[in-house]
Amino acid sequence: MRTICFYFQVHQPFRLKPYRFFEIGDDHDYWDDYSNRNIMNKVAKKCYLPMNQLLLELIRKHDGKFKVCFSLSGTVLDQMEAYAPEVLHSFQELVATGHVELLNETYGHSLCALKSETEFQDMVSLHQKKIQYHFNGYKPKVFRNTELIYSDDIGEMVAKMGFEGILSEGAKHVLGWKSPNFVYVNAKEPKLKVLLKNFRLSDDIAFRFGEKAWNEYPLTTDKFIGWLNQVPQEDEVINLFMDYETFGEHQWKETGIFEFMRNLPDSILHQTNFNFSSPSEVIANGSPVGQINVPTPISWADEERDLTAWLGNDLQDEAFDRLFELEKLVKRSNDPDIYRDWRYLQTSDHFYYMCTKFFSDGDIHAYFSPYESPYEAFINYMNVLSDFILRLKLAEKARG
Amino acid sequence: MKVLMFGWEFPPHISGGLGTACYGLVKGMEHHKQDLIFVVPKLWGDEDPLAEFVNASEIEIDYRERRFRDIWKSLTYLEVSSFLVPYLSPEEYHNHTERLLKDEDEIESSVLANKFSFSGKYGKDLILEVSRYALVAAQIAKDKKFDLIHAHDWLSFPAGIAAKKISGKPMIAHVHATEFDRSGQTVNQRVYDIEKAGMEAADKIIAVSQLTKNTIVTKYGIPEDKVTVVHNAVLDASIIKSNVVKKVPEKIVTFLGRITFQKGPEYFVEAAAKVLQKDDNVRFVMAGSGDLLNRMIQRVAELRIGTKFHFTGFLKGDDVDKMFALSDVYVMPSVSEPFGISPLEAVRHNTPVIISKQSGVAEVLQNAVKVDFWDIDAMADAIFALLHYNGISKMFKEMGREELKRLKWEHVAEKVIGIYKQTFNQ
Repeated sequence: MRTICFYFQVHQPFRLKPYRFFEIGDDHDYWDDYSNRNIMNKVAKKCYLPMNQLLLELIRKHDGKFKVCFSLSGTVLDQMEAYAPEVLHSFQELVATGHVELLNETYGHSLCALKSETEFQDMVSLHQKKIQYHFNGYKPKVFRNTELIYSDDIGEMVAKMGFEGILSEGAKHVLGWKSPNFVYVNAKEPKLKVLLKNFRLSDDIAFRFGEKAWNEYPLTTDKFIGWLNQVPQEDEVINLFMDYETFGEHQWKETGIFEFMRNLPDSILHQTNFNFSSPSEVIANGSPVGQINVPTPISWADEERDLTAWLGNDLQDEAFDRLFELEKLVKRSNDPDIYRDWRYLQTSDHFYYMCTKFFSDGDIHAYFSPYESPYEAFINYMNVLSDFILRLKLAEKARG
Repeated sequence: MKVLMFGWEFPPHISGGLGTACYGLVKGMEHHKQDLIFVVPKLWGDEDPLAEFVNASEIEIDYRERRFRDIWKSLTYLEVSSFLVPYLSPEEYHNHTERLLKDEDEIESSVLANKFSFSGKYGKDLILEVSRYALVAAQIAKDKKFDLIHAHDWLSFPAGIAAKKISGKPMIAHVHATEFDRSGQTVNQRVYDIEKAGMEAADKIIAVSQLTKNTIVTKYGIPEDKVTVVHNAVLDASIIKSNVVKKVPEKIVTFLGRITFQKGPEYFVEAAAKVLQKDDNVRFVMAGSGDLLNRMIQRVAELRIGTKFHFTGFLKGDDVDKMFALSDVYVMPSVSEPFGISPLEAVRHNTPVIISKQSGVAEVLQNAVKVDFWDIDAMADAIFALLHYNGISKMFKEMGREELKRLKWEHVAEKVIGIYKQTFNQ
């Protein structure tokens, strides 16, 4: 087997509105409806709709030989329902071709796997229900955790929930001399297969494609094919994992990213000995070469491929710990609004905005943050959280 | 007796506390029918007509007057290429100094033009405006009849000195703040020099607090008997009834001011953490902005008190009143505060206050808890006490109100007029 596995992450967070101290105790509506709607509509126009259309054409043209896989977070699905139903329809149309796999993740694009197994299970099953509801009873077999965060323990939890495989990052410090281009198994639960992102080839498309300072610029289909053909013959699978917003949003249409993708399947099928597989096909057809040991969590972010984009500085840790202290109260409340807000507050993006390590080369973080500084992000989040805690206490009191 | 007074700003167009204090004083002077010419760099036309105002921007300088050239020469120690300019980014600063070095002659000619339009702000041409202000003062001193000069803070000291030189009349320097209060230990030498020159040239000095007098004596080497303490007052001592409703169940403890070294914000944060260990039923609010804001946020996160310690950013107008009204305790932990009017505002809102012993206001407000700014245990203790022991807070509220009524600008003006007479007769 020699195959290429495309996986696209589709996600939007529910951004908080500017929430001032004076509003604590009074205003329980935290979400910036206006900007969430605007951003969803903008990304739909620039990315989701045109790229879905392109993929649909490619899948039809190659009659099943070209396939891709998506993970759609619960929050992005909620936003599509509310702001852009036509986007949801176009994803449904793609899945209906039978050549698009969907992954399971946490509903709220949450970091809960690092903190609470019960919440993790709840979030996964909520997401599963959401997928089943929107995609004609579809039941995902493969899991991807938020930000591709993975460790031996997380893998074990995921295996316990019955998944066959999980996606993660081919982090150098974990792989060492090993290649990401094989199927591995979890160190604690060998039933669970682990697919690792080939970060060089993935990031060539996702991050470097339109970068004029890159010495390989411009990236043409021929050049990419050339690189694929240089991959050692014994390597079995190239996992190209990236944000779906790469197409048209991170890499603008003007960079030629759509033309690149339009030509890529044909060229790969005719000029290389690779074909295309979905993650579950890779898992079913590939034979694992060994286990992968990941005692401390890895992710797909930044140079370090660790958790420091979301957790680790005092702002992030304070916010994260305070939020998860509330699990019992939230679950006792039995209030759907409280539940929903708690899930939305877990979204990793909120913690990403509080990251301070990028003061020097902050372009990527700054691009994604609605705040001027991590400190502002913290203040706003904590004000909201303070109100949320008051609501929980009131609900607790009301129940006596 | 007629007084020629030099200020830097006057309400409603103010950006510092100096304008408010000048307004109060002028109002008090009016009460005593004190004859007054009040000069400001720029008049906007909507000032309260309490005195004979002179707009320095409209004064034409007559260069046939040889003595003005001499004054300008004596002002060259105010070299415009100074490091005074506050709040400039490195690039702005570079451009600013570049321009100054290149165009020194041009600047001199613009300062020496017939007319000069002041911004009256604390902007990047501050030193330039201060020296031009002195020239204008010389012209005014030549044209107007008066018996005594009164200059407020270093910005108008060169004006006072120039007016004295031309007229030979006695001068009073009024010190509302010194460079040590503004900059801590890293004083700007030029500002210090101007302050010292003003204090030395003055026949008498008024300090807004004993604390400030001590600074004048020890740091500027001025003889003690030349300095008289006259505390500030409040414009309006009436109690402000607010219909703002608190929406959180907890009590609220507030810090309100610039978040800079001099205001001691870090002591407030540390004290808050101590209180929160004992008492969960309280929220702390740090209202304001400044160069230490991010460090404070960082510290709050480190201390893990982020759900009980809030930041509002810079507040203005109604929001300031609202904040005072919502507060159960107001804390001013200033490291160095010549006077400090905000605790008196808190009293007007019926909010008990804790102030540092290193503030001038501590000398006039008896019904307040006073702690050393660095003593976070005492501060935490006081916060806890005012939150829980209704007896003290009730007493502070009632008696604070009474005290406030005694802090009137007409009393201040009366004292100042006494100093005028004393100086005039010497």
